[in-house]
Amino acid sequence: MSIEINKNKCIGCGKCRDVCPGTLIALGEDRKAFIRYPRDCWGCTSCLKECPVYAISFFLGADMGGTGGRLHTEKEGDILKWITERPDGRVIVTEVDTRESNKY
Amino acid sequence: MKTERIKTDILIIGGGTAGCYAAVTAAENSDKQILICEKAHIKRSGCLAAGVNALNAYITEGRTPQDYADYCIKDAHGIAREDLLLTMSQRLKAVTERLEREGLVILRDEQGKYVTRGDRNIKINGENIKPLLADMAQRQPNVRVLNRVNITDIDVTGGRINGAFGIGIGDGTFYIIEASAVLMATGGAAGLYKPNNPGFSRHKMWYCPFNTGAGYAMGIRHGAEMTTFEMRFIALRCKDTIAPTGTLAQGVGAKQVNVLGEVYEQKYGLTTSERVYGTAAENAAGRGPCFLRTEGITKDQEQSLLKAYLNMAPSQTLKWLENGELPGENNVEIEGTEPYIVGGHTASGFWVDADRATTIKGLYAAGDAAGGAPQKYVTGALAEGEIAAQSMLRYLDRNEPSGISEESIARHLSEAGRFLSTSDSPYTPEQLEEAMQTVMDNYAGGIRTNYRFSEKSLGIAEKRIIQLEALSDSLRAKDAQELMYIYELRERLTVCKTVIAHLRARKETRWHCFAENTDHPERDDEHWKVFVNSRFENGSTEIILRRVSEG
Ligand SMILES: Cc1cc2nc3c(=O)[nH]c(=O)nc-3n(C[C@H](O)[C@H](O)[C@H](O)COP(=O)(O)OP(=O)(O)OC[C@H]3O[C@@H](n4cnc5c(N)ncnc54)[C@H](O)[C@@H]3O)c2cc1C
Ligand code: SF4
Ligand code: SF4
Repeated sequence: MSIEINKNKCIGCGKCRDVCPGTLIALGEDRKAFIRYPRDCWGCTSCLKECPVYAISFFLGADMGGTGGRLHTEKEGDILKWITERPDGRVIVTEVDTRESNKY
Repeated sequence: MKTERIKTDILIIGGGTAGCYAAVTAAENSDKQILICEKAHIKRSGCLAAGVNALNAYITEGRTPQDYADYCIKDAHGIAREDLLLTMSQRLKAVTERLEREGLVILRDEQGKYVTRGDRNIKINGENIKPLLADMAQRQPNVRVLNRVNITDIDVTGGRINGAFGIGIGDGTFYIIEASAVLMATGGAAGLYKPNNPGFSRHKMWYCPFNTGAGYAMGIRHGAEMTTFEMRFIALRCKDTIAPTGTLAQGVGAKQVNVLGEVYEQKYGLTTSERVYGTAAENAAGRGPCFLRTEGITKDQEQSLLKAYLNMAPSQTLKWLENGELPGENNVEIEGTEPYIVGGHTASGFWVDADRATTIKGLYAAGDAAGGAPQKYVTGALAEGEIAAQSMLRYLDRNEPSGISEESIARHLSEAGRFLSTSDSPYTPEQLEEAMQTVMDNYAGGIRTNYRFSEKSLGIAEKRIIQLEALSDSLRAKDAQELMYIYELRERLTVCKTVIAHLRARKETRWHCFAENTDHPERDDEHWKVFVNSRFENGSTEIILRRVSEG
């Protein structure tokens, strides 16, 4: 379980680094974020939600049954869109209205 | 090292759930200076980083605080403090309403009443609960927040607290913080035992892996009385993703079934420890793996589940979606996690009075750091933060400020300096952490032994942990973050020693899995309906037994 940062998208704002509860992310000399301790990621998705350009996605390690899918999130007003890219290339968008409570 | 010396009235160690709420309470009721030191960043630190799925502790309509306390005591098989549970429960409603006013989304029915889940839970959208709390604390003019400052020790003289020491993990600044009243709100301890997936995904654990038991360790080192460390918490979780199972069990009524499809949950009892035990026992009997039976739920229910998990444990949703094995067609496999020490779920932690004062004068504890009151969860941590803050204000009125001696500063600085060196060590914190987790797993009742231990095995565990503690002296760090890893490892080793001492002291099996003693496999109310407490003194852990009525 860890995250992947798309360097081409990253604008070096440092928000992901600030917010990670384990302080696992750093900015490199190129002012691009990178995860210093990939094995220490809790998978809390705080960094994904914080990134203004949606450069971060997360994936399940092979040891926990990951098969190559990726998840990232984008926010539009009150709607949090969770975008799953499946290993077969299919993309599934799940929209969560943050004004609505969990049904369960 | 660059040093910075700060004086404040109240120091809050850990800007999590309890810490943020305590800061808000103290700030709104006084003009005292309040400082929060948080090792990460208060916006998303601690247990609440990913969000929560429900408020697990609430007094629903027709119920009373006494009902809640009675339930917790029964679930803990008698070992819990009624005074603490009552004072906490009485505040659950008010703290919940406050959070709602601050923007937490809570589901209401047509009559405007909170929608309940079972007897004690209410339904929310808890994704943004931590940013809400952080914002409440940050907007107080008399609250200062130091993010990325890891507190490494407290300063205690003559049984009274004077402040704490910390290290800025960004720039390596050494902080000396003088405060007359201090709140320990560092949460519980994860990472003591080998996790379910010890490889690449080793931190995909239930409890927050960045809560390393620092508060417990600091208290233990300075002789604070600790309680019930033998009542470990083991969560029953969705396999691999370690996502909560309550949403499946209570939300869509999924039953626990073994590989033969037999419902087994009634067979073993329904308390928290018995639920974990049932699954462990089915596996041991060769009827594993076990599942929550979700097959056959409607598409609508399935869609709601996908969303609910995104709000608290997104990896579960990813797992379902990425290979198309949706819960309506596939039962969800479940497993027990490795054991944790968590005062908000079980009763381990600082021994406190009803004011949440520890046995060190001026030091208070709240949330997962405080013992005696299981099943506090988020709202209970808020309630305890509030109680502790009010108590600290009263304490400040009665007591003169104290200070930290130059000798103590020099000693702590030199310790940090010794670790922070470019010289080589054959060991790394990671290596010793893995060794510690293996020892605890094998000999102190981890997953490997189905959570069971014996007096002999505990003896081996203790010996090895002491060896690792000695080895940790030789660790060296190249920067402040690595230095934090050394301190975290040493904290965990201290907590491990206390866990071992407590497991050995309770000569019965009161809670299956949580403390499964193979030398004493039966529950023994005649001798053991007592609190097992401890104090670390002159290099050894002294056990103190206290009657359940004490407190
Ligand atoms: C994954 C998960 C899901 C949960 N879901 C629910 C739920 O749905 N409903 C519910 O009611 N309860 C839930 N709980 C329980 C609840 O979240 C906790 O009981 C509660 O948040 C604990 O609050 P706390 O203040 O004690 O700890 P935390 O909120 O974790 O705060 C501890 C803080 O201390 C900081 N810290 C630690 N050590 C140091 C140090 N040395 N120096 C400085 N700072 C330090 C940490 O970074 C952290 O910010 C859940 C818990 C977990 C782990
Ligand atoms: S998912 Fe959470 S733990 Fe992992 S890198 Fe992002 S913020 Fe840090
Ligand atoms: S938050 Fe996004 S843009 Fe900012 S540093 Fe991190 S990855 Fe780059």
